[in-house]
Amino acid sequence: MQDWNRQKPAFLALATAPVLWLLAFFILPLGIVWLYSFGRNVGLTDIDISGTFANYARALEPLYLEIFGKSVAVAALTTLLCLVIGFPVALAITFAQPKWRPWLLLAVMLPFWTNLLIRTYALITVLRTQGYVNKSLGFLWDQASSVKAFLGLAPLPTWEPLELLYNNFAVILGLVYVHLPFMVLPLYAALDRMDKSLIEASLDLGAGHLRTITRIVAPLAAPGIISGVIITFVPALGAYLTPDLMGGPDSQMIANVIERQFKRANDWPFGAALSFLLMYATFMLIALQALRTRKIEARQ
Amino acid sequence: MTLFKRTPIAPLDYTRRLWMRAWVGATLFFLYAPLLVLIAFSFNDSSRNIVWRGFTFKYYGKVFENDALVTALGNSLTIAFLATLFSIVLGTLAAVLLWRFRFPLKAGLEGVMSLPIVVPEICMGVAMLVFFARLDWPSDLPWPLNLSAITIAHITFCFPFVTMVVRARLAGFNKEQEEAAKDLGASDWQAFRDVLLPHMKPGIIAGALLAFTLSLDDFVITFFTSGPNTITFPVKVYSMVRFSVTPEVNAASALLIFLTILLTTVALKLQDFSKATA
Repeated sequence: MQDWNRQKPAFLALATAPVLWLLAFFILPLGIVWLYSFGRNVGLTDIDISGTFANYARALEPLYLEIFGKSVAVAALTTLLCLVIGFPVALAITFAQPKWRPWLLLAVMLPFWTNLLIRTYALITVLRTQGYVNKSLGFLWDQASSVKAFLGLAPLPTWEPLELLYNNFAVILGLVYVHLPFMVLPLYAALDRMDKSLIEASLDLGAGHLRTITRIVAPLAAPGIISGVIITFVPALGAYLTPDLMGGPDSQMIANVIERQFKRANDWPFGAALSFLLMYATFMLIALQALRTRKIEARQ
Repeated sequence: MTLFKRTPIAPLDYTRRLWMRAWVGATLFFLYAPLLVLIAFSFNDSSRNIVWRGFTFKYYGKVFENDALVTALGNSLTIAFLATLFSIVLGTLAAVLLWRFRFPLKAGLEGVMSLPIVVPEICMGVAMLVFFARLDWPSDLPWPLNLSAITIAHITFCFPFVTMVVRARLAGFNKEQEEAAKDLGASDWQAFRDVLLPHMKPGIIAGALLAFTLSLDDFVITFFTSGPNTITFPVKVYSMVRFSVTPEVNAASALLIFLTILLTTVALKLQDFSKATA
């Protein structure tokens, strides 16, 4: 590594373009939003940056606090479900035969590469009232009904398709569907690094599989579990598309409220304040994670 | 039957246990079934989308007859191409900068570089919306220029990914090679062009493919920067999805899935290739 002032021309040639780009097209836009969050609307398009905290105060009103709380709860439940579903999958990939491992990883990663919007749409097509899930359930229902009729019992009432979309259930299912790969990959990375002889030792000494997993594997894989949790939780908290397309009127998340302020409601200062609150929450989680990894590295 | 191999299952052969296989199978079914249904029914000769009525390509034909969709696809590809081009230049410069030099505020720059990766998409989207509105960015420019706002937004979130990939590649570079080139009389520029650049090439290509896919796939940030005349493919598909579920949307989505799979396969192949030649 060289010191920058020993080779100033080369340093400047490398630094100028990326630094200017970040300043002009990243820091500046965020800065404007930040300033707007302390402003108020004057007229239709003008915003007076008056240094008011009214937008932040409004964000603390029960209505918005409730949406914030709900977003956190939905993201937390999504993360938990991803962990429960993803942990055995990561374990299976870790202990798969070497020739199968890259294929299993690819199988988990491929949906991750597919467009978010299209994955959401695909889920909508199977969940809607005329979709496959409802058709299959209806078929089973009819079979059960005819079996009952055959046995001389009263047949079941006619099948009414379930409303699987446009409610909170759909939002959580959609978020789990979209974020599962985010969880599996860090879990796999952590499990793969683990010393497998410790598991063998635990099994040899008489612990069952479940006990080995809860007492040995989980604590050893804790760093991977925590980074998986954060990597899943952060995008789930800021999710826009899934609640927008799959949610009902009562399943809005914070990102949908922000979008509304900038489009239909046209209250940019308030939207700016909400957007920065979401950003602060994200940064805190990521800083927490960074601090923790640094502590672990320092200990080693 | 591979399910019941002759050799007994060792304690750590979790993957060979039936419940584990069932779990992995169910998860993969959950991940893939909706996508496969979507692709299958883009070939279904029925507008009601649920009962199989025979194989047809007609909805793909309809996609290409739909001028709005074709324009949107053209816009998306143009933006992705331009964003990739700028991203590899900016991303590679930043990667070499962070790899080679020690300078004041370096940690700060590294932090800012990682921000576009972690900032929630919605926040980035509204920041771009506000920024271009504040600048009164002209929206009625002739064709590729009217895409400039979206392209700029895409470059901002794509190039840090290129930096990440190229920097990882640079970590394996033997600095003695560059010193040898300079000892033998190469100038700084020659050493960069003939020694460092060829070493970075696989990383740059992988970064380029990553940037291209990210740009092509982006919906949220584009949604806030696109105007009525600058619709991209995902934004167009979004407005169709909101409206209804039709085989035409299936066909358009399937096209995008195929494109992404193709690009990913190429990227993975290239990485294998670079590993083999490294």
